[in-house]
Amino acid sequence: MEYKGEARRFLEEHGVEVGDRVRIVRDDGVEIEGIIMPRSELGDDRHLVIKMDNGYNVGVRVDRIERLEPVGERREPEFRPLEGEIPEDPSLPNVAVMSTGGTIACRVDYETGAVKPAFTAEELVSAVPELPDVVNIADVRAVMDLLSENMEPKHWVKIAEEVADALSDPDVDGVVVAHGTDTMAFTAAALSFLLDGLPGPVVLVGAQRSSDRPSSDAASNLIAACKFAGEGKVGEVTVCMHGWTADEVCLVHRGVRVRKMHTSRRDAFRSIESLPIAKVDVRDLRNPSVEYLREDYREPEDGEPELSGGFEERVALVKFAPGMDPEVLDFYVDKGYRGIVLEGTGLGHVSERWLDSIERAVDEGVAVVMTSQCLYGRVNMNVYRTGRLLRAAGVIPGEDMLPEVAYVKLMYVLNETDDLEEVERMMRTNLVGEIERGRTIGGFEPADGPHHRL
Amino acid sequence: MVEPLTADELDWDELGLKVGLEIHRQLDTPRKLFCRCEPELVEEVPEEPRVRRKLRPVQSEMGEFDPAALEEFKRDRTFHYLSDGSFSCLVELDEEPPHEPCEEALDIAIKVTLLLGGEVVDEVHVMRKMVIDGSNTTGFQRTMLVGIGGEVPTSEGTVRISTICLEEDAARKVKGWDQELQVEYCLDRLGIPLIEVSTEPDIRTPEQAREAAENIGEAIKAVGGVKSGIGTVRQDVNISIEGGAVQEIKGVQDLNLIPKVVRFEALRQANLLRLRDELRERGVKETDVVECRPVDVTEVFEGTESEVIRRELERGGVVYALKLPGFDGLLGFELCPGRRFGTELADYAKRRGVSGLFHSDELPGYGISEREVEEVERRLKVGDEDAFVLIAGPEDRVKSAMEAVKDRAVMALDGVPAETRRALKDGTTEYMRPRPGAARMYPETDIPPVVISRKRVERLRRELPERPWERREKLLKEYGLNEELVEQLFEHGRVEEFERLVERTGADPKVVATTLVNVLPRLKKDGYPVEELKESHLEEVLRLHAEGKIAKSAIEELLGALAADPDADAEELAEELGLIMASREEIERVVRKVVERHRDEIEERGMRAMGKVMGEVMEVLRGRADGKLVSEIVREHIKRIAGE
Repeated sequence: MEYKGEARRFLEEHGVEVGDRVRIVRDDGVEIEGIIMPRSELGDDRHLVIKMDNGYNVGVRVDRIERLEPVGERREPEFRPLEGEIPEDPSLPNVAVMSTGGTIACRVDYETGAVKPAFTAEELVSAVPELPDVVNIADVRAVMDLLSENMEPKHWVKIAEEVADALSDPDVDGVVVAHGTDTMAFTAAALSFLLDGLPGPVVLVGAQRSSDRPSSDAASNLIAACKFAGEGKVGEVTVCMHGWTADEVCLVHRGVRVRKMHTSRRDAFRSIESLPIAKVDVRDLRNPSVEYLREDYREPEDGEPELSGGFEERVALVKFAPGMDPEVLDFYVDKGYRGIVLEGTGLGHVSERWLDSIERAVDEGVAVVMTSQCLYGRVNMNVYRTGRLLRAAGVIPGEDMLPEVAYVKLMYVLNETDDLEEVERMMRTNLVGEIERGRTIGGFEPADGPHHRL
Repeated sequence: MVEPLTADELDWDELGLKVGLEIHRQLDTPRKLFCRCEPELVEEVPEEPRVRRKLRPVQSEMGEFDPAALEEFKRDRTFHYLSDGSFSCLVELDEEPPHEPCEEALDIAIKVTLLLGGEVVDEVHVMRKMVIDGSNTTGFQRTMLVGIGGEVPTSEGTVRISTICLEEDAARKVKGWDQELQVEYCLDRLGIPLIEVSTEPDIRTPEQAREAAENIGEAIKAVGGVKSGIGTVRQDVNISIEGGAVQEIKGVQDLNLIPKVVRFEALRQANLLRLRDELRERGVKETDVVECRPVDVTEVFEGTESEVIRRELERGGVVYALKLPGFDGLLGFELCPGRRFGTELADYAKRRGVSGLFHSDELPGYGISEREVEEVERRLKVGDEDAFVLIAGPEDRVKSAMEAVKDRAVMALDGVPAETRRALKDGTTEYMRPRPGAARMYPETDIPPVVISRKRVERLRRELPERPWERREKLLKEYGLNEELVEQLFEHGRVEEFERLVERTGADPKVVATTLVNVLPRLKKDGYPVEELKESHLEEVLRLHAEGKIAKSAIEELLGALAADPDADAEELAEELGLIMASREEIERVVRKVVERHRDEIEERGMRAMGKVMGEVMEVLRGRADGKLVSEIVREHIKRIAGE
C-alpha cells in the first residue's frame, strides 16, 4: 500500500507523505486540494491519490503536477468505538472469540490503507453491538494474522492449542474462531482430528463480504456462531456460515463434511451429502435461535480437552486429469513423501498408465489413498477393472471422505503410524464424522436449482 | 406571539439564498456500470426469488461513522430484494465482486465534462458512498469522479460546475410496509449508469435554478447516449439561506417544480429562524428540553374516542406523552404552505416506525377529549408556556420515536438542522434523513483505478457536439428563428436534424423548423405512421419545396402520403396527388379562363374585382401556386381588360 517508483520519488522530493493535506496545480491549471491517500496495490507508480473534501479520491499524474504545496494541519485517524462499556450478563453463556486474520472484525486503517483486523473485545463489540445481548465475550485472542491461503499445518496446531487452552477454563462454554474462508474447511478438518475430549463447541466462522461494508455477512455469522457456541451442546468442531444468500439462516456444518462451493456467494459453504448439525435463525440479531437438525452429534465431554497428535507434512493431494504424466507421483516419492491422496475420477480411478508409479510408491511405503473428484458419493474400486488393478496395487479406498478431509486425515494418521495396514484401517474407520454410514436420497439436492425435477 | 412569513415577503438578496444543483441522468449503454446485465427496467416485477437482507453502518477510513448511516441503522429495517436472472445477476445481489466499469459510460462522462468546459481527472477511482436505506444491496453506491470544473450560463449569470461523476443507479423501490421498516426493491434499476453533474452554490434566485438545470440537462442530452422518459432524469437541489443550513432536496423530477421547491424551502428556513428567535426570547434552554422524559399515559386513554389511539391499544400498544417546555403555540407555527413545525416533529417520529403524533396545538381534536388533554397536562406538569406531543404504538418504537422528537425539538433552538429531504409534488418537502458527511465515502477496493489517457480525452473532444446555449444563439441569429421555435426544436431533440435539413435542401429555415416540430406531430395525431418517415423522406420533400416544385401548404399532405407508402418516390407521389406547382403557363391559362368569365364585372369595377378573381383562381389551383405569383398575373390581366 505504499508508493513506488516515480510517485514515491516525487513525494520525497516535496517532503510530503501519506496523510498530508496538499494543494496541487496541474499543468492545465486545474486545482485539486485534499489529503494524500495510500496507493492501491493495483495501481501504477505514476499517480498520486488525493482524497478531495467531497470525499472522492482521484488520481493525479505526477508528471502533470506543476505545483504542490502542503496546506493546513495533518489529521491523524482514530477509530472510535460505537458504544462505550461492554455489559456483562451472568445469565448469558460465556464464549471465547479468537481471530486468525480473517475479515470478521476489521477496519480500514488509514495509515496503511489496509483492511486490518482490529481485535480487542471492545472493538469486536463496537463493530457488532448486538453481541452482548447474546453471549458474554469471556476471552478474546488474536492468535495470528494470516490470510487463510497462507495457513499451514503448524498454524492448525497453534490454533488447536489456543482453543484447548480457552476451553480449559470451566466458565467458557464454547469457542469461536474467526478464519478466512478460503481454507476454513481444511482448518476445520484439522481441528476435528486434533482436538480430543471437547467440553463444548468449537465454531469456525468467516465472512464472504468483508466487514468494511454495510452488507457484510460477518456480523450475522459471528452472532450465529457465538449463539451456537454458547449453547454448549455439541463437542465437535464446526463451521458456521450463511445458509442462503439472505440474512435469515446460518448453518452449522460438521467440520469434516463441509466444503466451500462458490467463489463469492454468502452461502458458499455446504455440507456435502450430509445434513448440517444445526441452523440458527438470525433474523433478529439480538435474539437468535438454534434448531438442531441431527441428533448424532458428539456430546461435550467433561474435563480439559487435549491435542491427540499432530500432522505429517510430507503428504500431497494430487488431482488426476486425462493426459497427466504419472511422473508427478514419482516426484513425491523421490522427495520422500509419506502419503499421497489421489483425487480420481468417478468411483475412484486414474489412468492405467499410472499403475507402475503407484505400485512403486506403495512398495516404498508411501500410503496412497483414493478419493473422488465427484465430491458427492462413495469411492468403490471393485466395479471396474482399473479400480481392481489400483486396489491390487495397494491403493486405499477413501470411502466417502472429501478429498481435502482425506488429505488432512492422512497427515494426522501418518503422524501416528508408519504401518500401511494400520494406516488403511484408520483411514477407512470413521474417527470424527468424516465417514458416514450410508448415503441416502435427499443429500444431493442443489439449493436453488429450479430445473431438476418435473 | 410571532407570525410566520409568507412566500411573497421574501427577498432573495436579503435572505442570502444560495442554491446548488445535482443533475442526474440515466445512460443508455450496452451494459450496466459494473456487470454484464442489460440496463433496462422490467415491465412486471417478479414475486420471487426474494432475498431478505439487513444493512449495518461501518466506519470510514478516517475512523468516522456517517451520521445518516447511524440513524438508519437505529431503525432496524429489513430489505426484500427481488432478483431475477432476466434482469440482474449475482453482482446486483452483492454476491459477486463488481466487474470493471463500462467504458462507454466513462466516455459519455468524459464528453459531458469537456462540453461543460471542465477538465478530466488523470485517474478515476471508484468510491463507495454509504447509503444504507436499502436501495443498494451493498449498502453503498459506487461512484467515481471523472471531471472537475466547467460552467453553465444563465440569464442571471454564470453558474460554476464543481464535479462530473459517474455512478450506479439504485434499486427500484416496489413497496414499503410496517411504517417503512420493511421495504421491497426490484434489482432491475440497480447498476444502470448515471451521470451526475453538480454545481457550486452560485445560484441566487429560484428561476435561475430552473434555467441552470435546463441548460445542464440539455448539455448532457446533446452528448448523446442517454435515456429519456419518466424517471430517467432526477434533480437534487441544495438550498440554504443566511443563518440557515444546506438542505439536500432529493428527486425533483420536473424542471418546472424547481423554482417552487426553492421558494418553499427558503421560506421554511426563514420561518425556522423566526421560530428559533421566539424560543430564545422565551428563554428556552437545551437542557430544559433534554431533561424532559417521555411519560407512559396509556391509562389516560382507556376507552378513548380517538380511532388512531384505540387501534394501537387494541394491538397491545402504548401511549406516551412528552412535554416540550416553552413550545406552546409553536407546534402549529406554519413554516411553509401545509407544513407546521409539528409536521417536522412528526416526520422524525415516523422514521422510527410509528404512524405519526398528536401535538397540543391541535388538541382537543381527532377524537381526543378535553378531559384526556387535561389529564395528560396534569401528569406532565405542563405549564402555560409549554406544549406536549402524544405518540401511540408498540412500546419500543414509541420510545425511540420520542427520542427522535426530542432531538428535533432541541435542534429548533439552533435554527435549521442540515437534512436530506424528499421533494413532494406540491413543491414542499419532507424529512428523509440527516445530511451525510464526507465520512461516507470510501474506496471501492474491488476495482482497480482507471487511467484516462490524454489520447482518449482528445479523441472524445473531437466528437463533441456544439454547446446547447451556443447553438441556441446560432438558431436565433443565423437562422432567424423565433424563441418559441428554438425551444420546440430542443424539446423535440431535433436541432441537429434541423441544421442538416436546412443545409442540404436550402429550404427556408422557418419552414424546416415548423415541419419538424408542428407538421410531424400533427400528422402523428391524425394517425399517420410518421415513424416510417426517415430523414431522407423529409429531405426529399423539403427539397421539392425549396426548388419551387411544391407549395409550403403541400408539405403536410405529401409527408402523410409518404408515411403511408415510404417506398414511393416523393416527386412521383406529389404528381399523383396533384401537388406539383402549376407552371406559369398553367396559371395564365386558369387566370384567363376566370377573367373571361367575369369580364363584365371587371370592365365595370376594375381592380375592385381582384379579390373575387383571385379567390376563384386559387380554388382551381388548390395550393399548387404561390399566391404572390398568382396575384401578379391576375393583376396584369385585370389591368389589360380594364385598360381596353
